[in-house]
Amino acid sequence: MATTGSENNKAPGSTGGTNGMNVRDAIRQPLWLLAELTYSCPLQCPYCSNPMDFAAVKSELTTEQWLSVFRQAREMGATQLGLSGGEPLARPDLIELIREARKMGFYINLITSGVGLNADKVAEFKEAGLDHIQVSFQASSEELNNLIAGTDAFQHKIEMARAVKANGYPMVLCFVTHRQNIDQIDEILDLAINLEADYVELATTQYYGWAMHNRDQLLPLKEQLERAEAIAHRYQDEQKGNMKIYYVVPDYYEDRPKACMNGWGNVFLTVAPDGTALPCHAARELPGMELPNVRDMSIREIWEGSNDFNRFRGFDWMQEPCRSCDERFKDFGGCRCQAYMLTGDPAKTDPVCSKSPDHHLILEAIERGRMEAAKPAAEAKPLVFRNPKNSKEICGL
Amino acid sequence: MNDGIFKPESIPMLALGYRFQWEPAQDCHVLLYPEGMVKLNGPAAEILKRIDDKKQTVAELIAELKVAFGGVDLDDDVYQFLEEAYGNDWIRKQ
Repeated sequence: MATTGSENNKAPGSTGGTNGMNVRDAIRQPLWLLAELTYSCPLQCPYCSNPMDFAAVKSELTTEQWLSVFRQAREMGATQLGLSGGEPLARPDLIELIREARKMGFYINLITSGVGLNADKVAEFKEAGLDHIQVSFQASSEELNNLIAGTDAFQHKIEMARAVKANGYPMVLCFVTHRQNIDQIDEILDLAINLEADYVELATTQYYGWAMHNRDQLLPLKEQLERAEAIAHRYQDEQKGNMKIYYVVPDYYEDRPKACMNGWGNVFLTVAPDGTALPCHAARELPGMELPNVRDMSIREIWEGSNDFNRFRGFDWMQEPCRSCDERFKDFGGCRCQAYMLTGDPAKTDPVCSKSPDHHLILEAIERGRMEAAKPAAEAKPLVFRNPKNSKEICGL
Repeated sequence: MNDGIFKPESIPMLALGYRFQWEPAQDCHVLLYPEGMVKLNGPAAEILKRIDDKKQTVAELIAELKVAFGGVDLDDDVYQFLEEAYGNDWIRKQ
């Protein structure tokens, strides 16, 4: 008896896993639906990957519209549903969305800061069929956490992490690391051990949206990463069998790009709070996007027929060096948004790749971060916090 | 008979956060877990279905499989699968 024929479809930015997919040209099913339910958020994290102009989004999808999106995606084969934002707990209909999505057969992941959560709600979500809660932390020390998040949310988060576990969920903690907190990685891991976490993701800041705006202040230095990596590996060994630790290196320090979204329009579908359907959550900022909306078109029409989803699907759109590179089936040319943000052309090779003629842009960004880090505190550029006021000011809304 | 984690009296259970279900779009059973999915072939699904259905020992599970599949000798295959599934974090022992 053979054992398993398995296929592992991990979402972009998620932990671990391998990608056993063979993509080539056929249009596949959207396996992953990321529902960004709202841009409302009680926090103001400067590393947020929401678009800078999020304050321009006024009207969110209704409960019925979200349920229709869920139903359509499920019919097309989606199994994983991510509920995120902003802060998804800001949606008063969250419990109803969870209950209905579970009836449809989704595996439901709630991605939350824990602000707005309480133990009763966790129990209600469990009862409604929520499968998984990931609580994100900004840092380990209360002071640093409150500083980075712009509120005194920390103590509450710890209580919520405990409530999650008490309700029979694995405790999955996500710490987004950057230059200002990565030196606390041992404290972060000690905190996780203390909380009896089952999984810890030491995620790296992804430089989109607000994080890109603050990149010079957030990009870690090479020596910080080396130290952090050594510590993470030591804890991984010590915690074997207890707590799983995923450590992700920022792609700026890699010489091959990430397989962003497992390929454009391949398995991943994001729907933004206003109903805009996107091949990834940062794609709104690319030039020439038509931004189809689920209010006007079916998910199938958008997924199979829209220009946006077909634009970088497959391999024909590629330029050199990707076009003739064997690794294109593995990394899909990297990230379109990163290519655009750094080079101005979204069809170029992700400059993270050392084969890219634009790779120097990455090295220069690292160098700018280093120069910024060397400045005395009084001269350093302040972090710009993600809030509606800054969004309006910066984007002239 | 085996030096693995699972003995005849062990009770295997799905790991925390894992869900076993039929996926019409994939035309197979799958295991769903945080941010991922494993497609299962027939034999794997038969075993995991029985782990998911009720708490029972490996011996009981094997007996059930033998009834369902005409008494074929499948003990070694089941143990091998359980060890593999445990190694992949799909299942745990009660």
